[in-house]
Amino acid sequence: MKNYLPIIGLEVHVELKTKSKMFCQCSASYFNRPANSQTCPVCLGLPGALPVPNQKAIEWTILLGRALNCQINHFSKFDRKHYFYPDLPKGYQISQHDQPIAKDGWYKLKNYKGEEKTYKIRRVHLEEDTGKLIHTTDGTLIDFNRSGVPLVEIVSEPDFHNAEEVKEFLEELQILIRYLDISDADMEKGTMRLEPNISLICRATKQSLTKNKINLPNYKVEIKNINSFRFVKQAIEYEIQRQSDIFNQGKQPKQETRGYDAEKNLTYSLRVKEEAADYRYFPEPDIPPMIFKNDFLNKLFKKVPELPNEKLLRYQNKFKLNYSDAFILTRNKKMADYFELILNQLSKRKKEIRIIDYPKEIAKFIVNKKIAWQLSAEQFIEKAIKLMTPVVTDTNLLEKVIKEVIKNNSQAVSDYKKGKTNVLMYLVGQAMKDLKGKAEAKKVLEKIKEKLS
Amino acid sequence: MNITGYTLLEIIKLVKKRQITIPEVTSFFYNRIKKFNQRLNAFITVLDYQQIKPGIPIAVKDNFCTKGIKTTAASKVLADFISPYESTVTDKLIKNGLTIIGKTNMDAWAHGSSTETSDFGPTKNPWNIDYSPGGSSGGSVAAVSAYLVPAAIGSETAGSIRQPASWSGVIGLKPTYGRVSRYGLIAMGSSLDCPGPLTISVADAAFLLKVIAGKDNYDATTSFQEVPDYLKKLEKNQKFVIGITDEYFEGVLPEIKNKIFTCLNIFRKLGHKIKKIKLISPKYAISVYTIIQRAEVSSNLARYDGIRFGNPREFLGSEAKKRIMLGTYTLSHGYYESFYKKAQQFRTLIIEDYIKAFKEVDFIISPTTPTTAFKLGEFEKYPFFGELMDMLNEPASVAGLPAINLPAGLDKNNLPIGMQIVGPYFYEDRILNLANQFEKETDYFGVIKKGILRYQ
Repeated sequence: MKNYLPIIGLEVHVELKTKSKMFCQCSASYFNRPANSQTCPVCLGLPGALPVPNQKAIEWTILLGRALNCQINHFSKFDRKHYFYPDLPKGYQISQHDQPIAKDGWYKLKNYKGEEKTYKIRRVHLEEDTGKLIHTTDGTLIDFNRSGVPLVEIVSEPDFHNAEEVKEFLEELQILIRYLDISDADMEKGTMRLEPNISLICRATKQSLTKNKINLPNYKVEIKNINSFRFVKQAIEYEIQRQSDIFNQGKQPKQETRGYDAEKNLTYSLRVKEEAADYRYFPEPDIPPMIFKNDFLNKLFKKVPELPNEKLLRYQNKFKLNYSDAFILTRNKKMADYFELILNQLSKRKKEIRIIDYPKEIAKFIVNKKIAWQLSAEQFIEKAIKLMTPVVTDTNLLEKVIKEVIKNNSQAVSDYKKGKTNVLMYLVGQAMKDLKGKAEAKKVLEKIKEKLS
Repeated sequence: MNITGYTLLEIIKLVKKRQITIPEVTSFFYNRIKKFNQRLNAFITVLDYQQIKPGIPIAVKDNFCTKGIKTTAASKVLADFISPYESTVTDKLIKNGLTIIGKTNMDAWAHGSSTETSDFGPTKNPWNIDYSPGGSSGGSVAAVSAYLVPAAIGSETAGSIRQPASWSGVIGLKPTYGRVSRYGLIAMGSSLDCPGPLTISVADAAFLLKVIAGKDNYDATTSFQEVPDYLKKLEKNQKFVIGITDEYFEGVLPEIKNKIFTCLNIFRKLGHKIKKIKLISPKYAISVYTIIQRAEVSSNLARYDGIRFGNPREFLGSEAKKRIMLGTYTLSHGYYESFYKKAQQFRTLIIEDYIKAFKEVDFIISPTTPTTAFKLGEFEKYPFFGELMDMLNEPASVAGLPAINLPAGLDKNNLPIGMQIVGPYFYEDRILNLANQFEKETDYFGVIKKGILRYQ
């Protein structure tokens, strides 16, 4: 393994959650709907039907491209990509070939080692999903409810060199997409699909790598059918091992497409590509090219929300949160929004709070699940204020309670006197119970020690 | 009441004045179809009398999807296909008081210029049944020429309205690309296809264009440009500068040339100016058109796999197969640049050439076709028969410009000669204005009337 450097690139498909499909007015939400109940002449590819693009889907793709720091093409168009498959009703997929909506982007990420690394994004383009084949014992059925659902394809440069960073990047991408609120990016429902491609180069060529230029291997293995981040990692690890073994035998891995079997944790060959498929791309004549003017783009760019990484930085700087709390809070936009809602409402009740950097405490309450963030803001704030208010000790009551505890726990007391210091905490616990929290544990401990000495 | 030869608008007027009822009009045309269609084979489907919905009857080319009525595109692949939806064009016709009496014959998938590639037998030219009516809208023109219907709708990719209108002696208007919705029109060359009317008067063409034109939310290539009241625009005669160019008379039969020159003299007499200009030779448009159209055809026919509807691919005729193979080849890896892309680049040159020309002149007039009708069976002798017959139509189609065919007389064999007027984008109103002046002055030298009177 040490002899090889894995070169990994990613293709990610994300179904957009627009109301209607990409090129017709059918509903785009097909999950659990009766087969073929959401179809029309357009998404069934009937004679004479024509596609009319969904503007929202185009705008959302621009937003995603922007969030991934891509260049948005001022001139973009759709193309027809031809191939025959029964789930593709027109015999071609409307996709984007040489002028995608967005290209040449990057995304910065702190990896598992704590190092910051920039991953390049080759392109982000828009296309339509296909129907679904359902294989039964009586034959194959086709459900076209999914046919024509807007699908965004994100293609990275082969900038990844191990499975862990791929997993981290993909998790980040999922969060980013959810922040943009353009897709559920749900792997189980298939609204986010991952296709890593993996090849190995010999370490001997490492010099060229440091020069930031890698001579890519002359083969590539694509893995399909992966539906979880964990499986991506496992599949890549398996594949790296498999390919190293082939190299170690003095052979060369084949250019091919492989599937991943999660149960057996292995990849298997789906098809060997002798040469690049000829999709006979040409510009889709049914859809005029798209021209995005600066005014339009600038207006749209304003809709890009604060992204998870930006939010994380702000939480660290403004609220002095530590990295780990800020990280956890910003992984879920709803949680982060809740955090800020609480801070906002608390600012009106500042007088009741004695702690100066209370945002740190609030963050901890949420992160450590001390207070459930599913509560209403009012309930949360009540609990939080209580937790943050120092307890005033009633000394008379304390004296009385400790006397009682010592009297009632003679065994423990004698144990303590014999040197079993750990029973002390038991006595403190008993006292705290009787005090119903009206004392600080520290003070109780001191007082008991004092009495027993 | 015998309404033989009445224009569509005249019939509508009679109905409004209660001089004739809609059922009377319907049975009049229904009976004519029953009497003459067998001779001409203009229709693939004629509705049963009971099936015909109330309205003024009109015929529609069989590549427009009609809900509940068979739509075949003249191919056995769709021999039993009944569309579950209505095309925008037929929907608009129905909503404007017209009714479909039948679906007309055509070259299969509109691949051809003689209506002989139809899987349902060729249509005959009403002027001489040994001859082809032209194509691909051959059934529609034959039905209008023999007055089996007062008007019909055809479609043109490059010449399929104008060329058969020329060969069969009727008026055929090809609108600007994007003026009329293609939704529900079985696609041939998507960047070229245009529905249009075939009529016996310019006013009928103006009326029908107004009915079918306009922005359609189901066709992203339709224009937002307002649809003028074409009929109203006919009222006041306008004066124009008419361009002619030698390139469009090359290889044209002398008889046809002379007829067009006669027509030009008539325009002079009417007060229009004739100006000589230069245009890129139409022969270049043949290659551009052929490559683009074959590429789009190969893509558009991919959906006819027999999985969801229709018959399997082995039902495709030889012309469709040839076109699929050629189109697939031109789009293949390594060939795209030298064929499809180059053709699109030359297409831009043709567009620019026209734009330049239209700075000097309002229209360009030429013969519609280099010859009059060919005998049936001739097309098989020429591998690119259609492309040659449509040579003078292709440049305007490639550029997406509007154009009209007007009957300009008869040749020595008593076959119609056609004149073509090409105008700038969305200039249909002015093309129709000029055509109307020509109609008033010449009545097409009696061609349309003579054609109708042959079918008594």
